Amino acid sequence: MSYLTHLLTHLRKDLRLEWRARDSINGMLFFSLLVVVLFSLAFEPDAAVSRQISGGILWVAILFATVTALNQAWTRELRNDVLDAQRLAPSPASTLFLGKAIANLLFVGLVELILAPIFVVFYNLHVLGNPWLLALVMPLGTWALIVNGTFFAALGLRTRNRELLLPLVLFPISMPALLGMVQATTLILTGGDNLYAVFWIKMLTGYDIIFTTVCILLFETILHAE
Amino acid sequence: MTHPAHTEAAQLTGVSKLFGSFAALRNITLTIPPGTCTMVLGENGAGKSTLLRLIAGLNAPTQGKLTVFGDAPQSQRRRIAYMSHAPMLYDELSAMENLRYFAALYKSDGCACVGSPEMALRAVNLDPHLTRPVGQYSQGMRQRTSLARVMQADPELLLLDEPFSNLDVASAQQMVELLTDFRTWPVSGGGTRTILLTTHQARLAEPLADTVLTLRQGALISSLPKTGAA
Repeated sequence: MSYLTHLLTHLRKDLRLEWRARDSINGMLFFSLLVVVLFSLAFEPDAAVSRQISGGILWVAILFATVTALNQAWTRELRNDVLDAQRLAPSPASTLFLGKAIANLLFVGLVELILAPIFVVFYNLHVLGNPWLLALVMPLGTWALIVNGTFFAALGLRTRNRELLLPLVLFPISMPALLGMVQATTLILTGGDNLYAVFWIKMLTGYDIIFTTVCILLFETILHAE
Repeated sequence: MTHPAHTEAAQLTGVSKLFGSFAALRNITLTIPPGTCTMVLGENGAGKSTLLRLIAGLNAPTQGKLTVFGDAPQSQRRRIAYMSHAPMLYDELSAMENLRYFAALYKSDGCACVGSPEMALRAVNLDPHLTRPVGQYSQGMRQRTSLARVMQADPELLLLDEPFSNLDVASAQQMVELLTDFRTWPVSGGGTRTILLTTHQARLAEPLADTVLTLRQGALISSLPKTGAA
């Protein structure tokens, strides 16, 4: 019970900070919109081509946007040495990590909700497969990026080039998840075999479980590293 | 929750701390008895902040043994509070929001050993109803909010790193009086309150201190009862 209370305390704090500053959401939104618009202008795709490439473009836009938000996420903790106060508090370190990861998931989720209709208009999309499967792929894929991103952003906190370091570490480790997200999204958009889409969704679920567990277990070591 | 009685609030035996090849602390052997107030003096770079960070458990000694209440500092987090140069507060939140957040982190099942944020803010002469974010406070107000943050944790060992540095004389004097008073407040788990503070304003903190330590280039050069301090 106490664990959940601490987690909610961190989550509420992160939501409140973002509500006051709106750094992450604004940055992500403009960045992802820019990527979507630029790609649509560069390729001028017809409906069939759109369905083939839009899964990849959507996830690349979300990946880049996520990185901008994740870089911000821990900077707030560094300002005024608040992170030291966090390290001294007798609450489990993983609640801080999970609170921040869930907050980031909500921020990116909000951006995805705003981005989705714009994306459909720009790429003239009609989902040919089961659209409900997208409701599984989107949160699973986003969590895969967020959980690793939040962890590696914390890992790079004490380095000078942390903003450069994050994508360098996050992109390679996210490759399997990114492959799953793009393949599943493309299959759903093009009306491909649902079985294949379900296979990629299962792979994403496994990836999420493994990396969430590893990040939770290792976060305390990262937080208290000198 | 009652804590087992230990003779020493903090004990350092041959403690050194290296940052790369730079020795911030050299072979410090020191005992901080419970219920005392110790003032640490020294020039900039003497190792005062490093000493406090080691005792708080934020850094680990490179060499030597350090215990707080007979155990590793990390396992005594509930009994230690640390106030650094920086306010350790979120700029976007108000003082009350900051204090409520940190109070919630100190609460756990079966332990309500946290003071009220309202009381802590009133104790440092700040209005708990102030809605302005901390980022808009003056340095002195931030310092007082930071003190309220550590006091509400109800610590047995209070570590203060230059607590008077951003305060005018009157506010600093008030803080000394508050800390003198704080030492008499009952500890929820039993025991007594111990204060370890670093300062450049020795005269100001003198009424509070029982012992004065002097550090120079990372070495402890004197440990004297207050009356014997230079």
